[in-house]
Amino acid sequence: MASITVDKPRSPRSTPSARGVNFEKWGWVYMRASGVILVVLIFGHLFVNLVAGEGVKAIDFAFVGGKWSSPFWKVWDTGLLWLALIHGANGMRTIVNDYASNRLLRRTFNIALITSTVVLLTLGTLVIYTFDPCPAGASAALLPSFCPAR
Amino acid sequence: MSTPILEREPAAASESPTFTVTLIVRRFDPEVDAEPRWEDFDVELYPTDRVLDALHKIKWEQDGSLTFRRSCAHGVCGSDAMRINGRNRLACKTLMKDLDISKPIYVEAIKGLPLEKDLIVNMDPFFESFAAVQPFLMSSSKPKDGKERLQTVAERERFDDTTKCILCAACTSSCPVFWTDGQYFGPAAIVNAHRFIFDSRDDSAQVRLDILNDKEGVWRCRTTFNCSEACPRGIQVTQAISEVKQAILRGKA
Repeated sequence: MASITVDKPRSPRSTPSARGVNFEKWGWVYMRASGVILVVLIFGHLFVNLVAGEGVKAIDFAFVGGKWSSPFWKVWDTGLLWLALIHGANGMRTIVNDYASNRLLRRTFNIALITSTVVLLTLGTLVIYTFDPCPAGASAALLPSFCPAR
Repeated sequence: MSTPILEREPAAASESPTFTVTLIVRRFDPEVDAEPRWEDFDVELYPTDRVLDALHKIKWEQDGSLTFRRSCAHGVCGSDAMRINGRNRLACKTLMKDLDISKPIYVEAIKGLPLEKDLIVNMDPFFESFAAVQPFLMSSSKPKDGKERLQTVAERERFDDTTKCILCAACTSSCPVFWTDGQYFGPAAIVNAHRFIFDSRDDSAQVRLDILNDKEGVWRCRTTFNCSEACPRGIQVTQAISEVKQAILRGKA
């Protein structure tokens, strides 16, 4: 007894092996993965800044300068910046995809989105790694009290 | 054995209390109207009546031009999905006593599909995306000994929930992502793909997973749970979609 074979009424919509990376899929995975890490990074950040030690009163220029003199907090804040900013930008991208039905509008929004993300990531990373609370050659009056030049 | 004695006259049907309910129906006649309009009807109903009975009373006694789909009228055929007080329900499964009848009841066609007339929408886009996931058994192997394909209870249980779908489109037309454009398959198509992806007798799960891994496949789902809330058969639609996502990530059913 042979089993009946019926031709498929439709060929598959896509030939999966021929296509490259599935951006939607990896975007989805990124949202989940970064979300889990961000929970730790954000609550760690909030606890250290607002609760631990003196609490919220401790935050001033010296506090930030002190944190960024430690490589641990540099890496922590870099992770926070990149993961959160790309997470947010990807979320904005899906909203644009949902609600901007006009092709030109959609392109414009997406280009604006990616430009602002890249600019913010570059500036943020630059600040974290080149931050010097006591720049050499600055006028002493402008320097914070803990600098040796003052 | 005591003689059965009729202690009371059974309450006649006419004695059970009726009340007047206002239904506000979103009407649209493509030959007359440029835009849909809301029209209200007062209907005398019993608490045991359903929204479908109210629509029947309007059509039979007040305005014969009211247009809606219904076939079995018992929650099996899936013809009369509509938006009742802002929620997608089957008119034949929504009892009057479960609605707040002190306020008017709003009835309109399901959203996201082209409106044809009154409560009738064009279901073609819905069935196109249903057909696109190839919702039929595809088996390349011969059954053992030329007999039927046996399945254990656990294997059947794996996809039991998604076999309940009646294709009423209540879930798909409650999905905010489906409303936006024609890119997303919609929950119902993914539910019906799930029904075959996890069927041990089917050999083409990979074909369906590849279709659903297409650019906008399952990844447009935002897990808003509108579909699970709308399903008149109580299918855990969002969970089924998540199981398909996991299967795609694992690369197998």
